[in-house]
Amino acid sequence: MTDLTSLTIAEAREGLASKSFTARELTDAHLAAIEAARVLNAYVLETPDRAREMAKAADEKIAKGEGGPLAGIPLGIKDLFATRDIRTTACSKILGNFIPPYESTVTSQLWRDGAVLLGKLNNDEFAMGSSNETSCFGPVTNPWRREGSNTTLVPGGSSGGSASAVAASLCMGATATDTGGSIRQPAAFTATVGIKPTYGRCSRWGIVAFASSLDQAGPIARTTRDAAILMRSMAGHDPKDTTSVDIAVPDYEAAIGKSVKGMKIGIPKEYRLDGMPAEIEKLWSQGTEWLKAAGAEMVPVSLPHTKYALPAYYIVAPAEASSNLARYDGVRFGLREPGKNIVEMFENTRADGFGDEVRRRVLIGTYVLSAGYYDAYYLRAQKVRTLIKKDFEDCFAKGVNAILTPATPSAAFGIGEKGGADPVEMYLNDIFTVTVNMAGLPGIAVPSGKDTQGLPLGLQLIGRPFDEETLFSLGEVIEQAAGRFTAPKWW
Amino acid sequence: MSVDATTVRRIAHLARIAVSDAEVPHLQGELNAMLAFVEQLSEVNIDGVEPMTSVTPMEMKKRADVVNDGEIADVIVRNAPDTVNDFFLVPKVVE
Repeated sequence: MTDLTSLTIAEAREGLASKSFTARELTDAHLAAIEAARVLNAYVLETPDRAREMAKAADEKIAKGEGGPLAGIPLGIKDLFATRDIRTTACSKILGNFIPPYESTVTSQLWRDGAVLLGKLNNDEFAMGSSNETSCFGPVTNPWRREGSNTTLVPGGSSGGSASAVAASLCMGATATDTGGSIRQPAAFTATVGIKPTYGRCSRWGIVAFASSLDQAGPIARTTRDAAILMRSMAGHDPKDTTSVDIAVPDYEAAIGKSVKGMKIGIPKEYRLDGMPAEIEKLWSQGTEWLKAAGAEMVPVSLPHTKYALPAYYIVAPAEASSNLARYDGVRFGLREPGKNIVEMFENTRADGFGDEVRRRVLIGTYVLSAGYYDAYYLRAQKVRTLIKKDFEDCFAKGVNAILTPATPSAAFGIGEKGGADPVEMYLNDIFTVTVNMAGLPGIAVPSGKDTQGLPLGLQLIGRPFDEETLFSLGEVIEQAAGRFTAPKWW
Repeated sequence: MSVDATTVRRIAHLARIAVSDAEVPHLQGELNAMLAFVEQLSEVNIDGVEPMTSVTPMEMKKRADVVNDGEIADVIVRNAPDTVNDFFLVPKVVE
């Protein structure tokens, strides 16, 4: 029998239906793989007992012909999603040993459809980071290495555990969240497929909040089809999230293999940065060739406010974070550090519980919202955000179906290599992805090639609001042309 | 704009995060790096532009004003660091 962990979700679904193997066997294969790959630090909590129970239940349902769309498919869950009776920490010391008495809407829909929980995946603390180095559980290792080198590389972030686990076949797919690029950037760094759906497509209920007007959940998987399969279960209206949109969830998988002939693809000139590595430039033009060969038409477009997206993001996101993270006060859950009075207790708890990056963002967010500065910073940033969104609207109004850009300005970098002296150096990783969050649009990152050192690179496709289907169709074209990339196993 | 050491201490207190004197210069440098980075927004012409308040234009749904959950005090306090009889316990606030 072939190694069950190397199957795609679509292949596993067939194998389970044809009784080639059981859900229990599929789950056991993954649990063994996780145990053998602890050096990657992708999982912060393994839940083998729960996994076997869920797999057994899936086998019983499959036998009765009642298996759901994800029956028996073992998944990893980013530790930002609340899982009932299973420790959920957002990889922050301040949540300590928090055991949620409730289940996030997105994960509850995955279990409804028969998926199996393998464990909780590492991420940057409160999803603040682009390298998974800010986690209180320590950094995640990328299964990919430079050719002929043993240097440990980051998997990107904040969904670094999700990307690393999917790339190393430690789960068939994973949940992730994306506030400024946290699904697409790690997907690009690990040769996996990651989609951030339109804001409002997936419920945010039960996901630890970072920046509420930007956060959105989505899947990371090994193929475009697998991402489409997961998206269908994750998406949908939820009365418990007032920003979740009440429109029907399409069968995303039906978009896989659909013709893209005649589609207009925007190529934004503002994404061609000064000093951009030649291999990124080459990858981008290769992408246009692949889409042209499939019958799509390339159209030069302009998104004039692109360069302001990242600075506006670093006002809006910390402002919202400082407000969301006010709840961690040592009273109702998580860590408590004593003080002489209640204010000192708050201050000591938050000083001890938050890591450096989180503290930095809470402080900057507090500053830009404070009296006398609100108009100059926050209000101005929200106006700039309107302009960024309008850039995209103008583009789509001219008949553009989707926009093609590089996913990241470089391939994966080494642990400890970036952001040590100046936090902005790390923030620049999200330069191509953050515009999409600011405008609330869907974006997908698809593996597209390798750099000269053998590291994966990805392309990003940006779609119209709620038109994830077009992204899946275009993503599949790139995947078929570029082929799939698997990290050589060294762990 | 940039922040001085006094402002760093004031923000830290507003954010209820204890900051030692030794940490202030370092934090001040980091915050000023971020403020210098966002400074470029001042060159954007925002005359007559409405601030974005809703990502997706839609009417906010309202639910019926009825009790639909509750009687789970034990569940609510289960994760608290200190409780007594389904109450959260905090240091004395009122003299």
